[in-house]
Amino acid sequence: MDKFTVHSGRALPLRRSNVDTDQIIPAEYLKRVTRTGFADGLFAAWRSDPDFVLNDARYDGATVLVAGSDFGTGSSREHAVWALQDYGFRAVIAPRFGDIFRGNSLKGGLLPVVLPGDVVERLQDLVGAEPSTEVTVDLVEREVRAGAVRASFDVDDYTRWRLMEGLDDIGLTLTHADTIGDFEQRRASWLPTTA
Amino acid sequence: MGRTLAEKVWDTHVVVREDGKPDLLYIDLHLVHEVTSPQAFDGLRAAGRPVRRPDLTLATEDHNVPTTDGPITDLVSRTQVETLRKNCAEFGVRLHPMGDDQQGIVHVIGPQLGLTQPGMTVVCGDSHTSTHGAFGALAFGIGTSEVEHVLATQSLPLQRPKTMAVEVDGALPAGVTAKDLILGIITKIGTGGGQGYVIEYRGEAIRSLSMEGRMTVCNMSIEAGARAGMIAPDEITFDYLRGREHAPQGVEWDAAVAQWRELVTDDDANFDRVVHIDASALSPWVTWGTNPGQGAALSSAVPEPQSFDDPSERAAAERALTYMALTPGTPLHDVTVDTVFIGSCTNGRLEDLRAAADVLRGRQVASGVRVLVVPGSVAVRLEAESEGLHEVFETAGAEWRGAGCSMCLGMNPDKLAPGERSASTSNRNFEGRQGPGGRTHLVSPAVAAATAVTGRLTSPADL
Repeated sequence: MDKFTVHSGRALPLRRSNVDTDQIIPAEYLKRVTRTGFADGLFAAWRSDPDFVLNDARYDGATVLVAGSDFGTGSSREHAVWALQDYGFRAVIAPRFGDIFRGNSLKGGLLPVVLPGDVVERLQDLVGAEPSTEVTVDLVEREVRAGAVRASFDVDDYTRWRLMEGLDDIGLTLTHADTIGDFEQRRASWLPTTA
Repeated sequence: MGRTLAEKVWDTHVVVREDGKPDLLYIDLHLVHEVTSPQAFDGLRAAGRPVRRPDLTLATEDHNVPTTDGPITDLVSRTQVETLRKNCAEFGVRLHPMGDDQQGIVHVIGPQLGLTQPGMTVVCGDSHTSTHGAFGALAFGIGTSEVEHVLATQSLPLQRPKTMAVEVDGALPAGVTAKDLILGIITKIGTGGGQGYVIEYRGEAIRSLSMEGRMTVCNMSIEAGARAGMIAPDEITFDYLRGREHAPQGVEWDAAVAQWRELVTDDDANFDRVVHIDASALSPWVTWGTNPGQGAALSSAVPEPQSFDDPSERAAAERALTYMALTPGTPLHDVTVDTVFIGSCTNGRLEDLRAAADVLRGRQVASGVRVLVVPGSVAVRLEAESEGLHEVFETAGAEWRGAGCSMCLGMNPDKLAPGERSASTSNRNFEGRQGPGGRTHLVSPAVAAATAVTGRLTSPADL
C-alpha cells in the first residue's frame, strides 16, 4: 500500500447523495480477475452523459473527490476503490460513507475523509466556481485546506499511523500467529468445519 | 452492566485486544465466491502464504452462473469461475461448483448446510453476509483485501461497532411479510441510518418470523447502512438447525444449545441507539426510487419530491423519479412492469417460493410480462420440485430456472433491457443494478407474484 501523509491536488465536485458502489463501478466490470485496470469502469453509466462532471475537462487530473452523503453504500466490491484509485483519486471527502467502502478504502490507501455537510458544500461551491483550486488533505494534521476553508477531520491514531507508514495489515496480524493458534485450541469442539 | 447479543459474540472472538488498536477478531466461517476472491488468492500467492484454515472456508459459484442449462458463454465470466476452481484446488478449499447438488447463492447454502450457527463469526466478500445474523451469528460483508486477510490469518482487525436495537412492536398484520417489514424499516431509518452499527432486531413480530423470514430481514441490514444485523436464537433457530449436515450431533448438540441459549441481550444492557417500529402500521411495501430507503406502502402514491424536508433527500427523490420515469401522485398500483424476478439471497428460499406459488396457483401471468423464478440453491430447487411448485409456476406462465444470483445483479445473462421495469424480490433498486437503464421496484415474493398476474404493482389482497 502507498503511504499517505499530505496530498494536494485539484478536486472534483460530485453533488449527489447515496452514490452506491454499483454507480462507482457497475457489476459488468467485476468479472475481471485483476486488481488494476478499472479506470474505464468508474461511474461508467453516468459518464455516458456528456454533462456529467467527470466529463468536464476543467476537472481533468483531479485527485480529490468531494461527494454528497452516504458515498459508497451497497455492495462490498473493493473494485470501487480500485476504480477510483486507477482514475487518479487519492482521497474522497463526504459527510458520511458506507461502512464497507470506508474499510476497503483504508485498506487500499484511498483516504475517506468525513466532514460536516455544510463544509462539504462549501468545498463543492469553491471548486465548482474555480476548478483550479488546490485542495490539501493533510492526514498528519488531520485537516483539509482549500481557499478559505480549513476543516479538521477525525481519524483514529492506529489507522492514521498505518496509512502514514503504508503498512500491510496481514503482515501485522501474522505477528500474532501464535496467539491465533492458542485461540484455536480453545474453540468449542462442536463448531462446524467444511472438511 | 449487561451486554448486548452483538457484544457477547464479539467478546468471545477477540484474539488480541490492545489499547488504541482495533480488536483482532477470530472468524469461524469464511464463505467465498468467484467475484471478490481472485485478487485475494493472487495476493496469497505473491506473498507465498497458505490458506490458514481451509477447513473453515467454503466456496461456491453464484454471481456469474447462467440459470438456464449449458455452460457460461461469456468469456470473462467463464474465466472468473475457472479462476475460482483453480484457486480452490490449489489452496485446498471445498467448492460447490455449477452442476453440484449443493451449489447455490453463498448466503443460501451456508444456513442450508447447517454451517451457520448461533454465536459464530461469519464473513464473506459480499455485503449480504448480514443474512447469517438471523441465527444470532455476527456476520458481515468484507472487501477483497479483507478476504485475503481472513484466508491468510482466519482473523480480522476490526473496530468495535456501535449497537442499535430495532424494536418491532406488536404483530405484523395478515398479508404483511418479512420483506415488507425490512423495507419499512429501511424507509424509516434511511440508507445511512445503521452506518457504524450492528443492528439487533427485536420484538414480538421478529420472534414470530420463521428462519427464512429472519434471514430476509437480516439480509437487508446493509441496505439500512449496517454491516451486520442479528436476531437472538430461540427454539425456531434450534428447530431449523437440528439434523442439518454440519450441525452438532448427540451430546455436542445439547452442549451447543445450552450455550446458544445464553446468546440474548441482557435486560440491563444498553444499546447506543434504539428505534421503534409499529408493526401494525405496516402493509405490503414497495420502493419507488433508486435506493432502498425510497419506499412506500403499495396502497399509496409516488411521492412529491417537495414532501421531503431535507434538501439532499429532495434532490435525490427528483433524480430518482426522473430515472424511474415516474410522475408524483401516480398511485403505485398503477405502475406497470415488464419483468418480475422472484429469487436472490433475500427471497430465494423455499418459503419465498411457496408464498409466490400460493398466489400464482390457478392464475395466469399477464400477457407480455416475463416472470423469472430462480431458486437460491440447487437444494431449494429440488425441494420446490418435490412439492410441485415448479408446475405451479410453469402452468401460470413463469420461467422455472436453475440456482444462482440471476437478475439481482447484472453479472450473468439474466438482465433488464434499458428502460425495462421490474418488480423484484431482490435487495437493491440502484440505477442499472439489474441491467444498464433498468428500473427496479423492490417487493416481497407475494407482491411479486400478484404483480405478475396483473402486470401492475399489486398486493395479493387486491387480486
